[in-house]
Amino acid sequence: MIDLTKKAGFNLSSRHRAERRFQWAGRSAILIALLFLVIMIGTIARDASGVFRQTQIAVQVDLDAETPSSSYGRIIKTALRDMFPDVSTRRDKKRLYSLVSPEGSFEIARMVVDNPALIGGSHRLWLTASDDLDLYLRGKVDTNLSEHQRRISDAEIRWVDNLRAAGHLRRVINWGFLTKGDSREPEIAGIFSALVGSAYSLAVCFALSFPIGIGAAIYLEEFAPTNWVSDLIEVNINNLAAVPSIVFGLLGLSIFLGYLGLPRSSPLVGGMVLALMTLPTIIIAARAALRAVPPSFKEAALALGASPVQAVFHHVFPVAMPGMLTGAIIGMAQALGETAPLLMIGMVAFIVDVPESILEPATALPVQIFLWADSPERAFTEKTAAAIVVLLIFLIAMNLIAILLRRKLETRF
Amino acid sequence: MTDPIITARGIDIFYDTTQAIKGVDLDILPNKVTALIGPSGCGKSTFLRAINRMNDLIPICHMNGELKIVGQDIYAPEVDVVALRAQVGMVFQKPNPFPKSIFENVAYGLKIHKMTTSKSELQDRVEWSLKSAGLWNEVSDRLDHAGNSLSGGQQQRLCIARAIAVKPKVILMDEPCSALDPIATAVVEELIDNLREEYTIVIVTHSMQQAARISQRTAFFHLGSLVEYGDTKTIFTMPADERTQNYITGRIG
Repeated sequence: MIDLTKKAGFNLSSRHRAERRFQWAGRSAILIALLFLVIMIGTIARDASGVFRQTQIAVQVDLDAETPSSSYGRIIKTALRDMFPDVSTRRDKKRLYSLVSPEGSFEIARMVVDNPALIGGSHRLWLTASDDLDLYLRGKVDTNLSEHQRRISDAEIRWVDNLRAAGHLRRVINWGFLTKGDSREPEIAGIFSALVGSAYSLAVCFALSFPIGIGAAIYLEEFAPTNWVSDLIEVNINNLAAVPSIVFGLLGLSIFLGYLGLPRSSPLVGGMVLALMTLPTIIIAARAALRAVPPSFKEAALALGASPVQAVFHHVFPVAMPGMLTGAIIGMAQALGETAPLLMIGMVAFIVDVPESILEPATALPVQIFLWADSPERAFTEKTAAAIVVLLIFLIAMNLIAILLRRKLETRF
Repeated sequence: MTDPIITARGIDIFYDTTQAIKGVDLDILPNKVTALIGPSGCGKSTFLRAINRMNDLIPICHMNGELKIVGQDIYAPEVDVVALRAQVGMVFQKPNPFPKSIFENVAYGLKIHKMTTSKSELQDRVEWSLKSAGLWNEVSDRLDHAGNSLSGGQQQRLCIARAIAVKPKVILMDEPCSALDPIATAVVEELIDNLREEYTIVIVTHSMQQAARISQRTAFFHLGSLVEYGDTKTIFTMPADERTQNYITGRIG
């Protein structure tokens, strides 16, 4: 009779304990990681939620044919004074005017262009309200603080409460955040210019680093002779992958801007710098993917009389392609989140216009996040969070495309 | 006696400093199956791979001696390995179809050598190759399926079809049945016997029974040297060398 239970010895209980211990350690590690992820995403989403709606204020304006668009600001002021006739001091008037965003006059101008019928009559127009009004309306202002400690005064609070009671305030979806460029005024600042800047930079980065990286990897892995030169190159590539990105920024500053004289702050230069940074990553990943292809394919092709280039491009390359693409996406994701090298080449500038080509000054999503996080206005905190959300969505979209591409390319073997 | 198609004289092959083949002289006759046998590590695969210069792929491998195919030194500087390998096909130990369709597998050699001028000619040639490899009846209705969806034995016959599609003079086989079961082995062996009419076949095998069954000539390698070479019948019934005797009776191996 043999004993097959734990009592049989073989140090069984302690081995099982060790196994359980390890499994629990693994589970708790994953749990902690998930917890942090949830906290991070949760706080970002909570902070960002305010951005997707904005407050508008209704203003009754008279537009006659003679009014030049440059005096729409005055029209708004008149309208506000009409709503609150008792405001008399200069200081109070200034506060009253600040309820409407400085963008208000341009908004009227745009409405007139879109709908010329507005001219010659009195109209009730909805204009973007100031960020302070918006924050107060959403209860983000602590009214228990003394007046000089908050950005909205008692008088303004009274006016806003009146406006709300009279139905002159409304909350609408803030499309402007996704369709407009940056602004000094948080209520009209948008992410679109940074988004386009990032997209341009990444396109340049991909167009440069993918073909060069894949080409270099194929040559090094399949054709280059193994000697001290190739060893040296390999060591250098591995080291370059670990070089801090700001160094690449300095390189771009001195070579691309200083020596070649390419346009400052442009996505072209940004993409070139990011390409330098992602190249090592792409080369290393692509070489790993090429090494993972069973050598039997190449051997079979060569034995059939295929030339080395044919053997590699017909049989090794297609099988390695999904892996190389994964490496490229990892590199691109890194590039998307990179701020430091872009600061060096001037993509940190305050860019209001959406860039229309890769040669125009632009900024990028992470730089925009950095800029907004640095701004004193409370409302920019929310913008920062929302910009992070946009960055993450961009990243997810990129990965999704990569996964779809990979699935399409994946060959069975 | 017919003229040999392959003549090897004084072949030495080294891996770095280790000598894998020591002064081998060997004449391989056309339209015969020549079996290379010997214990593991005796250099028979290395010798086989020298015949279509697959050893060139191993950087540390180098060779002395003279290897001629139909009178032409295949290691001469003016020889193009691509042309050589188009004439000397190879079937490997493990079936290694390309990760493509059955049709593409067979058509690949024809396409890269531009051996056919029209699509229908290509199709005919693929069909002919698959028929020669005895695979046509099994795959004719699924030529667009992946080559590796076939069974092991079918895959190996697909690899043979791929090799003969370009009509080489010589087919080298490196233990083609070692990964196959006995039934698939029998099918491939029969195929090899049929192919002898058109091609010269050099086959490395670990199985002495297989060598006895399918080959007309047998070369016994031991520790990098060619010990004995002659008609298969003679080698298996009246070996001249004691080492051959010991190997075929199973005393060394």
